[in-house]
Amino acid sequence: MKLKTLSLIAAASAALGTMATEIAAAPAPLQGDAAATGVFTGRDKFGETSGEAMYRNVCAACHMPDAKGAQGAGMYPALAKNPKLEASGYVLSVMMQGLNGMPPLGRMMSDQQAADVTNYVRSHFGNRYKDRVTPADAKAARPQ
Amino acid sequence: MSQNLNPGMSKRDLLSLIGAAAGGTAMYMAMGAFDQAKASNFKGPVKLDGRAKGKSVLILGAGVAGMTAALELGRAGYQVQILEYQDRVGGRSWTLAGGDSYTELGGATQQVGFSAGNYINPGPWRIPWHHHGLIHYCHELGVGLEPFMQVNYNAYVHSTSAFGGKPQRFRHIQADYYGHVGELLSKAVNKGALADTISKEDGEILLESLRSWGALDKNFRYVKGRESSNRRGWDKEPGGGLTAEPIPSQPMTAETVLRSGLWRSIAGNLTWDHEFSIFQPVGGMGEVAKGFERAVGKVVRLNSKVTAIQQSEAGVTVNYLDTKSGAKMTASADYCICTIPLPILAQIDMNVGPELAAAIRSIPYSTSCKVGLEFKRRFWEQDDQIYGGISYTDLPNSQISYPSSNYGAKGPGVLLAAYTGGVPGYELTALSPQERIAKVLEWGSQIHPQFKSEFVGGVSVGWHRVPWVLGCFGQWSEEARAEHYKNLCAMDGRIMLAGEHASYYGGWQEGGITSAIDAITRLHQHVQAA
Repeated sequence: MKLKTLSLIAAASAALGTMATEIAAAPAPLQGDAAATGVFTGRDKFGETSGEAMYRNVCAACHMPDAKGAQGAGMYPALAKNPKLEASGYVLSVMMQGLNGMPPLGRMMSDQQAADVTNYVRSHFGNRYKDRVTPADAKAARPQ
Repeated sequence: MSQNLNPGMSKRDLLSLIGAAAGGTAMYMAMGAFDQAKASNFKGPVKLDGRAKGKSVLILGAGVAGMTAALELGRAGYQVQILEYQDRVGGRSWTLAGGDSYTELGGATQQVGFSAGNYINPGPWRIPWHHHGLIHYCHELGVGLEPFMQVNYNAYVHSTSAFGGKPQRFRHIQADYYGHVGELLSKAVNKGALADTISKEDGEILLESLRSWGALDKNFRYVKGRESSNRRGWDKEPGGGLTAEPIPSQPMTAETVLRSGLWRSIAGNLTWDHEFSIFQPVGGMGEVAKGFERAVGKVVRLNSKVTAIQQSEAGVTVNYLDTKSGAKMTASADYCICTIPLPILAQIDMNVGPELAAAIRSIPYSTSCKVGLEFKRRFWEQDDQIYGGISYTDLPNSQISYPSSNYGAKGPGVLLAAYTGGVPGYELTALSPQERIAKVLEWGSQIHPQFKSEFVGGVSVGWHRVPWVLGCFGQWSEEARAEHYKNLCAMDGRIMLAGEHASYYGGWQEGGITSAIDAITRLHQHVQAA
């Protein structure tokens, strides 16, 4: 399966009526903490500059700031103390392929960003995995 | 201005013009690769001929899809019941007004403090004229429609990297873009640069059309004067009496308009999904839910969380939890129409075939975040003369939409001050409701400096934190569509899915309605054949 991020964004925008094509392409200049973390600098690619910034500003939307997930009519799984995170390849695979309703957010990240956030989550929130993934691992996990 | 056709134009010339127009349409269709560009397949009021044979149908979800199914199946004689997770009907057909409260995943509860009559629609907010199914039910169920001001020439387009960050009027950008493109193309025609492409005769027609389209002067130039000011407005507008004479305004240069990037704002208003006429329900999108509730509310059981869906030769059994009492309940029927959003359904124990099971697990849900802000007064009308419509910006809030009703009201007004997807959609959702509002005030004040001094309060909905859908809408890729769409819609034993996710209308209520009608029509045929 090959799926381009751009077409994802375009399709989403069409239905939303946000119409990405209406927006000047250049991202807004950095302001305040954005300059450090990269938050709110991207439009169709994340601008976050560290794994921690990516987690706090993106992943936390669903998995929550404490990584404990959430429960409504359905649930978002906790990433805190999650034994599934032991397999780094699984984490990268979910990010690049998506899972159930989760979009393949890794496709909106660079290889470096995807590796950084994977390493951050696997070494925080009660997860203590010592091995680290590399940008090359992230690249290899992308759909071919 | 409407009589611009050259009086000397022959019938043949006119026919060529029409041909050119048809070519443009064909080109648009070819370019409009989005599935959403297709017309509604609503074929008029539903008529299910034949008997229901005493059969019962359990419907899961009281959004517009589930309630359409209940309404029409009930009319055909089926016994219907709907189970709904929330304490209200409507699903994403939803309005947040003063007195409402909303609790998102993570536990943050927002009490909406808007004044009477002010609201936002967190989900769908407009109804194109060609969404025939939804409009049919609005008419039938007594839901009033009013124009949604999709295009406002006096609203702003804004880029942080153009004009020193100063917002521009949409009218100036559109008029100057059309004008300069018209002049440039005229020059190409006059230089014979298109001689290989169109005949001399057609070139002359093209020149006339460019003069009309671009507001060019008699020499095919887009310059300061009556023609251009009739589009972009005057420095001093025409009046009455001794000081009446208008003074034309100075168009921007072609380079300025092109380099600003603000021409990107023009095309969106031309899309099939956003062309006039486009409507909103009077009083908010929640009125659609109320209309359906008047018709089928009596068959809806609220506060019912589905936990398992099992089918057998004998029928379908659904286990659910009464979320108020905690009691474990069971409902059974001959058939089931399931409209539960896929991220939720993927987590529910369900015995269906592998194809449907795979389809349910394969559709990611889009991000989207809306922030509504209330201000002490309608400064956009009073100070900026903006009555409805949308301003666009490259800031993360993407757009500011002004209310399309109650123009001139003296009291507080509510803006949709952010409606954004993509990267900023996730990033806004990750913030707390208070932080979202603080960010949007910061961004919005770059377009309307009144934001900070006039602010009263606000409410935000990041769709990935909505407990009953976990995202905004099903985001189909072409690959997923090819692999899973037919499997998702096909009848699986006694179960069929419906909802916007089972349509080519991602994110629109018309998809929910037309998919429900398609599902119940096939179900009825199945019952007739059995």
